[in-house]
Amino acid sequence: MENELRVPTMAELFAAGQQPEVLFWVGCAGSFDDRAKKITKAFVKILNKANVSFAVLGTEESCTGDPAKRAGNEFLFQMQAVTNIEVLNAYAVKKVVTACPHCFNTIKNEYPGLGGNYEVVHHTQFLKQLLDEGRISMEGGKFKGKRITFHDPCYLGRANNVYEAPRDLIRKLDAELVEMKNCKKRGLCCGAGGAQMFKEPEKGSKDINIERTEQALDIKPEIIAAGCPFCNTMLTDGVKNKEKEATVAVMDIAELIASAEDL
Amino acid sequence: MDYIPNIIFAIILFAGIGFFAKNIKKLARNIKLGKAADTSDNKSQRWNNMFRIALGQTKMVVRPIPGILHIIVYLGFIIINIEVLEIIIDGLFGTHRIFAFLGGFYSFLIGSFEILALLVIVAVVIFWIRRNLIKVRRFLNPEMKGWPKKDGNLILYIELILMILFLTMNAADYQLQQMNVAHYTKAGAFPVSQFIAPMFQEMSVSSVIGIERSAWWLHIVGILMFLNYLYYSKHLHILLAFPNTYFGKLRPKGQFDNLEAVTKEVKLMMDPTADPFAAPDGNATVPEKFGASDVMDLKWVQLLNAYTCTECGRCTSECPANQTGKKLSPRKIMMDTRDRLEEVGKNIDANKGEFVADGKQLLGDYITHEELWACTSCNACVEACPVSIDPLSIIMDMRQYLVMEQSAAPSDLNNMMGNIENNGAPWPFNQMDRLNWSKES
Ligand code: HEM
Ligand code: SF4
Ligand code: SF4
Repeated sequence: MENELRVPTMAELFAAGQQPEVLFWVGCAGSFDDRAKKITKAFVKILNKANVSFAVLGTEESCTGDPAKRAGNEFLFQMQAVTNIEVLNAYAVKKVVTACPHCFNTIKNEYPGLGGNYEVVHHTQFLKQLLDEGRISMEGGKFKGKRITFHDPCYLGRANNVYEAPRDLIRKLDAELVEMKNCKKRGLCCGAGGAQMFKEPEKGSKDINIERTEQALDIKPEIIAAGCPFCNTMLTDGVKNKEKEATVAVMDIAELIASAEDL
Repeated sequence: MDYIPNIIFAIILFAGIGFFAKNIKKLARNIKLGKAADTSDNKSQRWNNMFRIALGQTKMVVRPIPGILHIIVYLGFIIINIEVLEIIIDGLFGTHRIFAFLGGFYSFLIGSFEILALLVIVAVVIFWIRRNLIKVRRFLNPEMKGWPKKDGNLILYIELILMILFLTMNAADYQLQQMNVAHYTKAGAFPVSQFIAPMFQEMSVSSVIGIERSAWWLHIVGILMFLNYLYYSKHLHILLAFPNTYFGKLRPKGQFDNLEAVTKEVKLMMDPTADPFAAPDGNATVPEKFGASDVMDLKWVQLLNAYTCTECGRCTSECPANQTGKKLSPRKIMMDTRDRLEEVGKNIDANKGEFVADGKQLLGDYITHEELWACTSCNACVEACPVSIDPLSIIMDMRQYLVMEQSAAPSDLNNMMGNIENNGAPWPFNQMDRLNWSKES
């Protein structure tokens, strides 16, 4: 039986005079995209299980402005940023966790210059910390020996030098971590960044997500692990395009852990 | 009339250096056409980067074969140039091997120069083979046609010739030393050129002196020509790699600058007490142009980047857009920026120090919209560059111009931005539905 998710909002906690340990920034994909919502829920299940004191902004959250900024619309970006910062500062938020590397990068690096200073972590870093503190166990061995490869999101890896947290978590699942031809610093983009997610690609010989999916399939994984809702979509499409969806799953790290814990 | 060669030498030397200085001045002026950039922060980190990346060549060896070959050429060239110091003194004062008094150490120096020279020859030949016979892919992109291709080979020929002249000069010198010719003091060790020397055995002393002198003169004139060739070549990197790695980006690669001019306007718009009809304050200047459409709109560091580019194409070969057949090539972005900057510089030269509008700009005439919109902002090019160049920053600045000055984004992106503006998400969902996921099973 699935337990109901406990998802407190900042407004509720504030009204009750409480301050959560961490704000979970859900992001637009995590809020609206059907595939990404599953990642959001998996992450919340883990937070609930580990009794993490957290809250979301809910309807007070708005796009960080990342796609606008990468598309060149600095106005719209800064409007979004300033609005969000006002809300975050009003709730005196200290720490932010998010499952989207784009939100992560923007809030961590680009908000401070506009008055938003928070400790920002990606959910893989947060989960790694929960693990280190013994707040989640990750037993079960459901993924024991499974071939799993990790696709580095550009905005987590190269952009912010986070390579090990997601890999440590995969290893902890007793899975066999296999690396693609391009990984870590030289990871190949899924094709979604820089606002490409929202437009048709320029003319070329191939779509970027197909190229990346081919690199992944080359090493014959059972699971392609991702840490970004956009990468997830791109790679899922790639796997479908190659008609491999029956044998190769694309899963977020949070989904792997939630599944390992039978949540 | 013994001092005529000294005078000729002095004239050639100063003309060579003078012409070079003139070009460097032009270079500095062109770079200063760029907008201000604050690079006064983190000095120790900057020095550290320069030592590691330029001096230490750390990012070159990410690709081991060209990396190691390059280290040979780089070290060889720098070290052998210590010899140039002696050549200049000898040339100016009519001495011969002025440092010979160093004795054993001198022999060690000359001996190591010779071995390095041989290694440089080997490396340069392999470089040439990679470019022309093996045809390594990154040397074959469309932007490498014409001059860039010629330039790449020319440099290799020049270095080859300089090394051969150096060894020939030593070989003839060694032969003359063996013949006990006056003026040719016995000094130095010749581990490589002693094998060339036998070719001169049958010749008369005066012919060997002729060869030695010719090689000596051609070598130094060659070096001066090489120095002056730099400005017209991707070989400018041998100097600019150092400042460029010093001024390279220090912040996380994902962090893009927040445009200050925009911050001001946004603050004004968000501030309910601001009077939108208030007269602009006294020091308000002409409204700034948002983003970049030409080289003058870029920052000077970006222009320095353009002059530093070695045209190696490591960026382009890692670029996901380029790998999948899109027109975008980050190397071309850098080469276009340099070409346009040179054009602007020439325009200024021709118009007595003023730039006269020529109806051209970087955007459109050099870099197309199609290239700019193909970028995923993945930073692979930035990571790949062995000399800390940031092609992505130029792409982003030009996108800002397209969107904020020309509203020329692809229509899909306009939809996306409209959605963010209206509903706070890139898709047409209602902000009030943001938490619905928590109630769906
Ligand atoms: C006296 C100093 C130097 C000399 C003589 C020199 C010489 C050369 C030559 C001959 C090439 C062409 C190789 C080819 O044909 O493929 C080259 C390429 C290159 N050089 Fe240098 N160089 C010097 C300094 C530097 C420094 C300080 C750096 C900084 C890291 C640097 C970075 C590069 C890069 C990135 C390339 C492109 C190599 C590639 O194909 O991957 N060079 N250099
Ligand atoms: S940032 Fe843009 S130009 Fe650079 S490698 Fe990625 S897609 Fe290519
Ligand atoms: S930008 Fe850097 S990586 Fe690209 S061609 Fe120039 S030197 Fe090479």
